[in-house]
Amino acid sequence: MTDAVVTAGHGDETAAETAERAIDEKTYGFWIYLMSDAIIFALLFATFVVMSHNNADGSDRHTLFRLPHTFAETMLLLASSTTLGCSGAAMAAGQRWRTLIWLGVTFLLGLGFVTMEISEFYRMAAAGAGPWRNGFLSAFFTLVGTHAIHVSAGLVWIVLLGCEVTLRGLNPFVVSRLYRFGLFWHFLVIVWIGIFSVVYLPEIL
Amino acid sequence: MAAPPRLSKMPTSPHRRQSTIKGYLVGAVLALVLTAIPFGLVATRTLRPIQILVVIGIAGTTQAVVHLRYFLHLDLKPSSQNKLIALCFAAVVLFILFGGTLWIMFNLNYRKM
Repeated sequence: MTDAVVTAGHGDETAAETAERAIDEKTYGFWIYLMSDAIIFALLFATFVVMSHNNADGSDRHTLFRLPHTFAETMLLLASSTTLGCSGAAMAAGQRWRTLIWLGVTFLLGLGFVTMEISEFYRMAAAGAGPWRNGFLSAFFTLVGTHAIHVSAGLVWIVLLGCEVTLRGLNPFVVSRLYRFGLFWHFLVIVWIGIFSVVYLPEIL
Repeated sequence: MAAPPRLSKMPTSPHRRQSTIKGYLVGAVLALVLTAIPFGLVATRTLRPIQILVVIGIAGTTQAVVHLRYFLHLDLKPSSQNKLIALCFAAVVLFILFGGTLWIMFNLNYRKM
């Protein structure tokens, strides 16, 4: 991603206006990406719902998931959304170190979430309920695993943004990257709402 | 050759005006309530399962809207119009793909019975 985006044919613009338009265009492009990602998740959800009755081996599925575990994961993600919001507010106020601290807290909460997901996958696989067992588990691991990969990518992104804020300070381009990261992260939390509403709660019920 | 835009003034993109801590806290409280309701119902099983499923669906949809409004700053102002249009388009595609898949597959399932 380069800072200087040169787009010809927009007449007399000041440098600030050009930069602002470039940032708006990137943000809109990123939003389009999020929408296409939403469609990927929608198809994985559809696959899961279609496959959710395919446990032909008759394995017991009502002991697979634990409500407190899912609740803790949800709380971690909700908290991370809020701390990322605090980071955004600090960023808007131009407070560089506060932005960094809240980003760090968001990273730790996200790391906690991914750790809990991996431990759940491990526990299930160790109990013989891995994705190879039946169609229901294949669909479950694909859907929740895709979400976990997205969150992990988000964690790498937070670290890179943290480095950038530390080294370059809160210049408009860094601010706009932080804003796009926020869109990505909050979007993943919305996908998680779908996952606990469609996958975990009905299964535990 | 003009110097690269080292800006003395930050561009005032919409998100800079909206990033207040208050909005995030309101969103967080609403999200907490809308999460607690379905989890609480599943934990206590105070309603019949089908009723709980309906509540889960309503709470989940509402929570998604709350997140869009308070965390992704999507509103009905002209500045978010493009995003809103993209979202509506994605929602239509999503509905056709998701609804269509379920319709076809469950219909197939029914006919094979």
